[in-house]
Amino acid sequence: MHINEILFWFLTALALFSAMMVVFSKNPVHSVLWLIMVFMAITGHYIIMNAQFLAIVNMIVYAGAIMVLFLFVIMFMNLNAESEPQKSKWMKFAAVLSGGSLMLILIAALKDNDGFISSMRGEGSIGLIKNLGKVLFTDYVVPFEISSILFLSAMVGAIVLGKKDSSTIVS
Amino acid sequence: MPVIPINYYIFLSLALFTIGIVGVLTRRNAIIIFMCIELMLNAVNVLLVAFSKMHHVAAFALDRATTAGTEAQLFVFFIMVVAAAEVTVGLAIIVMLYRNIHSVDINFLNRLKH
Repeated sequence: MHINEILFWFLTALALFSAMMVVFSKNPVHSVLWLIMVFMAITGHYIIMNAQFLAIVNMIVYAGAIMVLFLFVIMFMNLNAESEPQKSKWMKFAAVLSGGSLMLILIAALKDNDGFISSMRGEGSIGLIKNLGKVLFTDYVVPFEISSILFLSAMVGAIVLGKKDSSTIVS
Repeated sequence: MPVIPINYYIFLSLALFTIGIVGVLTRRNAIIIFMCIELMLNAVNVLLVAFSKMHHVAAFALDRATTAGTEAQLFVFFIMVVAAAEVTVGLAIIVMLYRNIHSVDINFLNRLKH
């Protein structure tokens, strides 16, 4: 086996195991830490596929910023008690059954293709910052600017939502 | 030359997506549900990058100077941008929820229908 295949299987096993631990962990803090492991495995997949810019962005944005935000909110609410109310056994069974049947149907629909990914010498420069930046700032400059407006509005929305006001729901 | 079939990436992405769906359906903690949505987004990203690479490999065999497959990686970049904005607003909503009902259990949210 080539080193790429060994890395592929290792990262796949790591991603799937960590994703299951995200769902099955009782403690939300442990879920966040396992989700960081999933993102690291996905970053490894990006590096195998030579998408280096996306690997770095995934690492910084997801594993760095977003997960810290999750961890901050969980610790802010003091939610790391292990006494979360559970759904009933039959609801869980039905959820796993429907998810599994969805996966079976999607696999049956998508399995018939013979594409492949190989890594030859001299190719694979599309994932580098030089190429992506050139395309991003020429052909896709309008969506880029629109996404900055989206960020501004998301920031304003988060502040407005998080502001303390008197119109709380009577509970 | 190591060759990995695209099917393996499709199956990995589908498995991650399904784990995300099962997490959304089984858990009651709103933050865990939100994390499972992030998991599903990342499964889609992996598949987009794999297809981009597959397209690039097929085009590279014909033309050595091709840049085919760049757009898919830019789409993944924009998906990450939108996901970051979405997480900001979503966590603000969860904080507001916690301030109002002192819990993040989604079963208490059926009060919204009254």
